[in-house]
Amino acid sequence: MADPAYQLKTDRTILNFGPQHPSTHGTLRLVLELDGEIVIRAEPHIGYLHSGFEKLGEYKSYNQWVTLSDRMNYLSPLCNNIGFAQAVERLIGVEIPERAKYIRVILAELSRIADHMVWLGTHALDIGAFTAFLYGFEARENLYVIFEHTTGTRLTTSYTRVGGLFRDVPHDFVEMVKNFLKYYPKVLKELHGLLTRNRIWIDRTRNIGVLAKEDAINLGVTGPTLRGSGVPYDVRKNFPYLIYDRLDFEIPVCDDGDVYSRYLVRMEEVEQSLKIVEQCINDFPDGPVSLFNQKLALPDKEKVYDTIEGLIHHFKNIMPGHGFTVPVGDIYDATEAPNGELGFYLVSDGSHKAYRLRVRGPSFVNFAALDHLARGAMVSDLVAILGSLNIIAGELDR
Amino acid sequence: MAVKNNTSPNETIKETVLQKFPEAGFEEFQGQLSLRITKEKFAELAKFLKTDRKLSFDYLTDVTGVDYLKMEREPRFDVVYHFNSFKNNWLLRVKVGLPEEDLNLPSISSHWRSALWLEREAFEMFGFNFTGHPDLRRLLLPDVFDGFPMRKDYPLRGRGERDVILDMK
Repeated sequence: MADPAYQLKTDRTILNFGPQHPSTHGTLRLVLELDGEIVIRAEPHIGYLHSGFEKLGEYKSYNQWVTLSDRMNYLSPLCNNIGFAQAVERLIGVEIPERAKYIRVILAELSRIADHMVWLGTHALDIGAFTAFLYGFEARENLYVIFEHTTGTRLTTSYTRVGGLFRDVPHDFVEMVKNFLKYYPKVLKELHGLLTRNRIWIDRTRNIGVLAKEDAINLGVTGPTLRGSGVPYDVRKNFPYLIYDRLDFEIPVCDDGDVYSRYLVRMEEVEQSLKIVEQCINDFPDGPVSLFNQKLALPDKEKVYDTIEGLIHHFKNIMPGHGFTVPVGDIYDATEAPNGELGFYLVSDGSHKAYRLRVRGPSFVNFAALDHLARGAMVSDLVAILGSLNIIAGELDR
Repeated sequence: MAVKNNTSPNETIKETVLQKFPEAGFEEFQGQLSLRITKEKFAELAKFLKTDRKLSFDYLTDVTGVDYLKMEREPRFDVVYHFNSFKNNWLLRVKVGLPEEDLNLPSISSHWRSALWLEREAFEMFGFNFTGHPDLRRLLLPDVFDGFPMRKDYPLRGRGERDVILDMK
């Protein structure tokens, strides 16, 4: 704030920001208390996209709920699918086949790239850099072609099932991913050329929305926001799942804690994701993508149509009131989604539905830190701060 | 993973907590440790978990509730906390049972600011009263909303919501 000696006596202004503001990406609303152009207090009002998927989780069977997980973070639905299926598998205590693990890792990392590309594009657009938006979206389009080819849809993928995957990847999947790996570093280089040393970009993002290390831990933020504040916490390294303990990759950390460092962390994460995908695709195993245990995983269509056992297992899995059962107990299982720790807390009473399904979405906890970040910032910087957190309203409003 | 002296993290947590809180109950499921504590002792335990040098659970991952109405258990509610220790790379779940008649529980938002929103959400979904919370209002639902939707006796469809929205006009 300005020197008190020069301060005029002014009234505080209350400004309503959103819910239909272009930079809110979805529907979230802030009530800002302003002193001139400086934010004194920012009060988020959320819940416009409240869809009650936790409550629905108590009424849908585990495999039915996978479709709802698509609607949480709709920039990277595959990460949600994978996180949820993994939580249920951990509750039951089963290991999925090797090939399914590889496919999950590849798709999760490609989703991370897609998520970061949309984030970068819209974030840059909010600040005023239009070109990066087009580059980011073109890269994402190439990924969505792969997702559509693999899962059948672009957005509502619903690709995982408890005990494996809905189906194997298409025969040209490896080739498509390899082509992407060849083409993509060029795009990344161009994006770096557009932004990383761009004077305007640096002026708009350096020392804006600074989050100190202690505050970041205390406020509970995760993902690039936490790592941008210098805490090297990543679920993939700290509590390894799938095959991450066997892969060679780094966790990028930046100490400054401002909007620019969150940008750098995300850009470096994209590089690391490429590295992970490359390792997986070079070492891609053959084999089944679902557990052989047909009381748990759906049998192949050929078995359903050709054998009586297959048909029985199919019906037992699909029909309401049947399905597989899980042991009584509770589990917390987290995966590293593009925005941070995506945790599922499941309580089971032994039936085919969850007794309680709790989603700990990264957007929700990250957004709670906004008031802390916004205080003392200019209104125009608020857009940069909001963009740097990458709040996804579907996950935020649960 | 930070495993020291060949004892598993769960054993270390158990030993350390039991020295200070002998009444704490532990259970393990699929390798995860749950700690159960009475609501009277909870505030003290939370402070201990954060400040103890050996444990240093400095990060609050999640606060939520579970309504055990349909499992016919006493007390009816559990408030479930997940703590993370960055120093040791440990995860700990703490459960506090709350009977239906008395839903007061001390807020831990003074130790972990991430609890501010998480407790607000638990309040609006289950009706827990976190005493000492500076701003315990509804978060996702309209302020005038009546009822606690994540309770088991709140139906998936029906009761309440339409009337409430009409009343708002």
